[in-house]
Formats: sequence, structure tokens, C-alpha cells
Amino acid sequence: MIALLLRDLRLAIRAGGGFGLGLAFFLIVVTLVPFGVGPEGGVLARIAPGILWVGALLACLLSLDRIFALDFEDGSLDLLATAPIPLEGVVTIKAVAHWLTTGLPLVLAAPAFGVLLHLEGSANFWLVLSLALGTPALSVLGAFGAALTVGLKRGGLLLSLLVLPLYVPTLIFGAELVRRGASGMETQVPLLMLAGITAACIAVVPFASAAAIRVNLR
Amino acid sequence: MSIWEYANPKKFMQTSSWALPWVAGLALIALVTGLVWGFFFTPEDYKQGSTVKIIYLHVPSAMMAINIWVMMLVTSLVWLIRRHHVSALAAKAAAPVGMVMTLIALVTGAIWGQPMWGTWWEWDPRLTSFLILFLFYLGYMALWEAIDNPDTAADLTGVLCLVGSVFAVLSRYAVNFWNQGLHQGATLSMDKEENISDVYWYPLLLCIAGFILLFVTLVLIRTRTEIRARRLKALEARERMA
Repeated sequence: MIALLLRDLRLAIRAGGGFGLGLAFFLIVVTLVPFGVGPEGGVLARIAPGILWVGALLACLLSLDRIFALDFEDGSLDLLATAPIPLEGVVTIKAVAHWLTTGLPLVLAAPAFGVLLHLEGSANFWLVLSLALGTPALSVLGAFGAALTVGLKRGGLLLSLLVLPLYVPTLIFGAELVRRGASGMETQVPLLMLAGITAACIAVVPFASAAAIRVNLR
Repeated sequence: MSIWEYANPKKFMQTSSWALPWVAGLALIALVTGLVWGFFFTPEDYKQGSTVKIIYLHVPSAMMAINIWVMMLVTSLVWLIRRHHVSALAAKAAAPVGMVMTLIALVTGAIWGQPMWGTWWEWDPRLTSFLILFLFYLGYMALWEAIDNPDTAADLTGVLCLVGSVFAVLSRYAVNFWNQGLHQGATLSMDKEENISDVYWYPLLLCIAGFILLFVTLVLIRTRTEIRARRLKALEARERMA
């Protein structure tokens, strides 16, 4: 499984763009929003948690179709499915690799983007915390969507239609956590809910993804 | 006599062709009586005026929107566990009906909300979760459309329906947390002291029955169409082979 993880990471980095593309996209979203809503600091700071979370969702979405598509095309997914490690494990590792290449960079870069949007210091802490807790769920759920659409020629648009509604709870609790943290309200409920959703997603969703891949490889 | 007999398409076609006119007729009677009674022979509410009467469309369609998803969940489970094709086709047939019901609930709600709340749309938990439910219906139908192989499509949409159900419920409670509601509480319930007054209750009951029967009618028709389309494909395939 470690070997598979390293292989996926290496592929993502060497295939060009995989690593930084999500980050660049995130930057563009953050740059474009002030053009749309005007440059006043107060407004930006108020909507910053939402922008950053929605930007994270979209950046995550961009690279989803590559989780399984390339392996499906060249047949290595068939090999992985017949390999001694369970397919559920393969799916989980793929999601982890996806998170390491898109989710983690976003988490690490988020404070910088927060500064761009006039987010205050304490709010930045909550932003990083909420993204760190929430983005793994995005990757695992995205892997499920990718598994559903892996056999399709043009799955990209369909993939977003399938996956984005699944992101709603994570987005709500993630953005709420930042908002509450920024205004000094109690944060325990959204924090626990966000962590709970992520933990449950990691535990359960790979089974559904593996089932979908088995159907697609039939 | 067990329900699994209807897993046989032939048996299903026979029984449904016999039952269809009755169900359709009953649906028509219940809907026409319920709506005419509700629209023209009930008093106007002292606060809401005549706008109260949209309840005869809004409440039944909203109930159906949720229950149709539950029905799709059950039929998807039956398909995934017991591999009965009729079940998968019934889930496929129900999805557009459910989507339209969700849309009716949203639109009638907006029409009622404009004069009453002063706004067409409010990011209220109930409204928002219905919008999310609408998106789930769209995604489910789009996945059916996108996949050519019918068995693969049935399997994948089944899995999507299971996962989607969990997340639809989760979203329902998450939005509760996210924003306070403007929508009133449940109008109908078994255990509350104060419910809607009987004047509105009886026609409403008739409308709900009408909507359920209408749904059954539409699903029967659509499932029969799907089965016929499937047979036609099999015949064409056989033709090509010969």
C-alpha cells in the first residue's frame, strides 16, 4: 500500500501541474472574488471563510477525474483490483494521495490567502484547522464520485453534479467553524461535527467506491 | 402469493395492466374532488386569505418528494441485494416524478412566500434542504442517462442512491444548524394537540391520497415503458445476431 501511495504521488508530481494546479486555481479564485464584490476590507473579511471553502471545493473537484481515469485507461486498475490488497484499501490510498497533492497544499497555503482577504490572525488559525479537518472528507467523497464515473467518456461535468451535493454538510460545518472562530463564539459543535463527518467518510465511503469500481470493471 | 412474484416482468406487466386504469381513475377522482373542494369550498384563512389554499398542492408534493426518494432507496436496495430488474427500473421510473414533485413544492412555496413572507426565496433550512434534494435527483437521473449498459447503470445509481440518502439526511440536519428557519413547523402530525383545522384537513387528506395514487400511476406507466424498451432492445439485438 505504501508502494502504491508513493507511485501515485510520483505520478501526480511528475505528470506536470498535478501538484500546483489546484493551488494556482485556488489563487485565481481568491484573486477574482474581490473584482466581483469590490475591494472593501470589511466585506471581504466577512465572506472570506465562504470564499476560501468554496475555492477549496472547486480546486479539489478539478483533479478528481484523474484519480482513477488514467489507471482505468491503461489497465492498471484491473491489476490493482486483482492484487492481494483489498480494493477498498486501494481506493483509500488513492484518496490519500489525492489529498496529499491537492488538500494538503491548500491547507498549508490557506493562511496566505486569508491575508489576501483581510482575514484576522485568530480566524486564520480556525481556517487552517477547518480545512485540515474537512478536506480529507472532500477527497474521499471525490474518490467515490470518480469511481462512479470512471468508465464514462465525458464524466467531468457529471462528476461535479454527483459530488458537489455530497459536499454540502462538510462545507456547512467547515465554513461555520471559521465564522464562529473568527467572531469568538463557541466552536465545539461545528468542530466535532466536521471531524465526525470526515472520520465517518473515511471509514465508510471507500466501501461504496470499491463497489462502484467493481461494477465498472465488470 | 408474495411480492417477489412481481419481480417477474411478465407477471408485473399482467398485473399492472389490470391495475393501471383503476389506480389512474382513483387518482383522477381523488385529485379532482380534493382540489375542487379545497380551492372553492373551504373558507379563507383569517390571516393568510386565499393564499392558504396552495397548501393542497404544496404539502402533498413536498411529502411525495421525500417519500419518492425513500421508495427509490428501497427499490435500489432490492435491486442490489436480489437483482430483480423490475425493481431497478421502478427506481429509474420514479426519479423524474420525484424531481418534478420537488420542483412543484419549491415553486408553490415561492408563490406562497412572496405575499406572505415578502420574498420568493429565503435560505431557510427546509427550503435549502429541498433545493439540495432537487440536486440529488438531478445527479441521480444524469448518472442513469450517462451509462450505456443498463445493468452497470442500475448498479451505480443504486450505490449513488444509498450514499446520497445518507448525505441528504445529513444535509437536512446540517442546514438546520446553519440557519434559523422561517418555515412554519409541521402542519400535520399524529401526536400533536393542535393540528390544522378539520375544514382544511379533509380536502387535504384527499389531495394527499390523490398525489400518492398519481405517483403510483406514473411509476407504473413509466416502468412499463422501460420494460417494453428493454424488450425492444433485446429483440433488436437478436435481429442483429441472426
